[in-house]
Amino acid sequence: MLYSPAPMHIPDGFLSTLVAVVLWILSAGVIAYALRRVGKDLGERQVPLMGVLAAAIFAGQMLNFTVAGGTSGHLLGAALAAILLGPWAAIIVMTTVVSIQALIFQDGGLLALGGNLFNMAVIGVAVSYFVYTSVQKIARGQKWGVFVGGFAAAWLSIVVAALACALELALSGTSPANVAVPAMGGIHMLIGVGEGLITLGALAFLYAARRDLLHIGEAAPAGGRAVWVGGLLIALLLAVLSPLASAHPDGLEWVAEQKGFLDAAQEPLYNIIPDYLFPGVSNDALATILAGILGVLIVFGVALGVAYLRRKQMTDR
Amino acid sequence: MHIHFLDPYRSGSSPVHAADARLKFVLTLAFILTASLTPPGAWPVYILLFALILSVEILSGLGVGYVLKRSLLALPFVLAALPLPFTVEGRTLFSLPLGGWMLTASLEGLARFVSVALKSWLSVQAAVVLAACTPFPDLLMAMRAIRIPRLLTAMFGLTWRYLFVLADEALRLMRARAARSGAETGAAPSASLRAGGSVAWRARVAGGMAGSLFLRAFERSDRIYAAMLSRGYDGEVRALPPPTFTAAHWLTLTLGLTLLALLLGFGLLFWG
Amino acid sequence: MHHSIEIKDLSFTYPDGHPALQNVSLTIAPGEKVALVGPNGAGKSTLLLHLNGILSGQGSVRVCGLSVAKENLARVRAAVGLVFQNPDDQLFSPTVFDDVAYGPIYQGLEREEVERRVTSALAAVGMSGYAQRVSHHLSAGEKKRIAIATVLSMNPEVLVLDEPTAGLDPRARRGLIRLLGGLPMTMLVSTHDLAMARELLPRTVILDEGRVVADGPTEALLANAALLEAHGLEMP
Ligand SMILES: Nc1ncnc2c1ncn2[C@@H]1O[C@H](COP(=O)(O)OP(=O)(O)O)[C@@H](O)[C@H]1O
Ligand SMILES: [Mg+2]
Repeated sequence: MLYSPAPMHIPDGFLSTLVAVVLWILSAGVIAYALRRVGKDLGERQVPLMGVLAAAIFAGQMLNFTVAGGTSGHLLGAALAAILLGPWAAIIVMTTVVSIQALIFQDGGLLALGGNLFNMAVIGVAVSYFVYTSVQKIARGQKWGVFVGGFAAAWLSIVVAALACALELALSGTSPANVAVPAMGGIHMLIGVGEGLITLGALAFLYAARRDLLHIGEAAPAGGRAVWVGGLLIALLLAVLSPLASAHPDGLEWVAEQKGFLDAAQEPLYNIIPDYLFPGVSNDALATILAGILGVLIVFGVALGVAYLRRKQMTDR
Repeated sequence: MHIHFLDPYRSGSSPVHAADARLKFVLTLAFILTASLTPPGAWPVYILLFALILSVEILSGLGVGYVLKRSLLALPFVLAALPLPFTVEGRTLFSLPLGGWMLTASLEGLARFVSVALKSWLSVQAAVVLAACTPFPDLLMAMRAIRIPRLLTAMFGLTWRYLFVLADEALRLMRARAARSGAETGAAPSASLRAGGSVAWRARVAGGMAGSLFLRAFERSDRIYAAMLSRGYDGEVRALPPPTFTAAHWLTLTLGLTLLALLLGFGLLFWG
Repeated sequence: MHHSIEIKDLSFTYPDGHPALQNVSLTIAPGEKVALVGPNGAGKSTLLLHLNGILSGQGSVRVCGLSVAKENLARVRAAVGLVFQNPDDQLFSPTVFDDVAYGPIYQGLEREEVERRVTSALAAVGMSGYAQRVSHHLSAGEKKRIAIATVLSMNPEVLVLDEPTAGLDPRARRGLIRLLGGLPMTMLVSTHDLAMARELLPRTVILDEGRVVADGPTEALLANAALLEAHGLEMP
């Protein structure tokens, strides 16, 4: 399979509904603003340019290369998009990429899409933009600024997005922060190197072939400052928050509990099989087994019924 | 050289294929939302949801095996929830001495873990069925109909169209890389070639390919822009209005949503 | 009575300083079918892009009596159907229907009329029944036909094609020639396929290094071996 899913795409079920909905609202707000901005910055050319570049990021994700031990590095693309198109168009491009991954490849869930968009399209782009433009400023237009900036932007965007992902999982009560943060962060510090190297290679190629393309993004935004500040704040916040959460996982859980996220989880198990479901059966274990058998019977009954109806409908034709 | 496998759509003549894309889109989202809101441990509800999606799978003629195989895609992510049995407090299931530590798994934690895995598995199946039974252009129509901004749906359409074209290009590039690196293994490994085998070098080659892919994409977008202009494009994204949503559609939608709401209510009432 | 295409002293230089067209003048009467030939890089594609205002250089370009200028662009683009060389650039929509309907939708037509146009354009290129197909899965010959349908649906007065037979196998090429032969409108076709020109296009214009170097009956020009060779062409 040429298409290998990255471990950062959260499937459905892993975010609590509240966290998923809040992230959807945040992402939708940012994307709506980006859609308005992009029209002004790039003009009519925006649609084909962004559409084809999103497809190129997709295709670029197929160009994976082996790192070691069966793992492979490949492209997420937020940094490249931010460098080549400027922040607002990059947000739209990454939104397209991440949405299509969810819709077509089931890489990341649909309810969880809000969270994935927030991590990869919003955080990924903002952090990339912040890092790249900062390094550019320091380099004062020298060549190394493009490459160092590109590598650093790609690496940090991956790591910060992964930390955000871990915190969302912790906030959802799915994965304790002291496990999720080091695990996600650690893996993505490695994966980020792959992202950084590919981004670097792509920038080197474009620098040699069509240097002018590297300046499209710069021409863009008046609102770039806001993205720069946003990227800085996100990077800082997560840099502080993740180790903190990781050291005090109970703190985060406490927050979650206060919000009532975990209430349902704390219900004792015996509530799960109500006695009145099987009057006369008082033994918990027996009731569980009976419920299980009944469940299997329901599923197979429905399946057989539908299969029978469908067969009948086909032969009738 | 065509990349067909990228398109998950499997043509068919089942009622699931024939159903209006808007209906399928909204019901899929509602199904996933229901699974998400169902309290942990509400096993009967999960079983009923499974029976529901399983019937749709059978009805679609996709083959349950196909859907189940694709639905395992999200499996690796279950690792993220694996600590749950050990972190949620409750009645002890078993204890594992681990070095100086004692890992204690609780029944409640296990129930939550299984619930998360089930939610995820059910949701992925729904998404797989949606993608396999609905041509992407119809999904685009559905997204326009539920008021996703037109600029965004236009982007989705363009990206989907050129995904295949550019994936073909990427494949050609990779084939060329494979052909060249095949020649190198035959040659005596000089110092520079050995250096060439490093991860950094491989990454650079992949990066170079990504770069040329991007360059071609830029150039292609110029030509596409010209083609759009020559047919009247004026910067605004336009499309035909979607076909009417008939009374029968509304009825099906209402029935589907009611069923899901009942299941959810059942779950919330007894386990919420 | 106006000419279909009237180009006077057209010069165009690309932003990188490359002069692609120099003092090109060309008049084409309604119903005429003209071949535009010349070596690679002669400026054929550049010239065609001027016909509906995608590029604009110095000099004057008039199409169907309209000057190709900003205020006329919408009408000019409806009057001139431009078929690009690579159908993958021209077919940018998810389905064949969306692509063929694109022009009519931007002309502001109603749904029924758009659907009528799509049906008749697809029938005209022999591709009825392909409306719901996905462009990516079509063969090169099929894509070319659909690309032509995408402009036919706009009911153009002039059809402009850039290297229509390039990359087609003999059977697809034959089918395309038959299709073009049956279309009534004025035609300007850039091509390296001189055999097709002889069969289909009574008049030929030779372009080299951005200049018109010959303009006359196709039979006469194709008989002039010295002229052809001087401009990198070969007798069919
Ligand atoms: N976008 C461009 N930028 C700069 N030069 C170009 C561009 N497109 C074409 N050219 C140059 O203009 C000349 C004419 O090109 P073109 O019209 O495509 O020729 P033809 O179609 O006859 O092969 C060529 O030398 C080509 O390299
Ligand atoms: Mg050309």
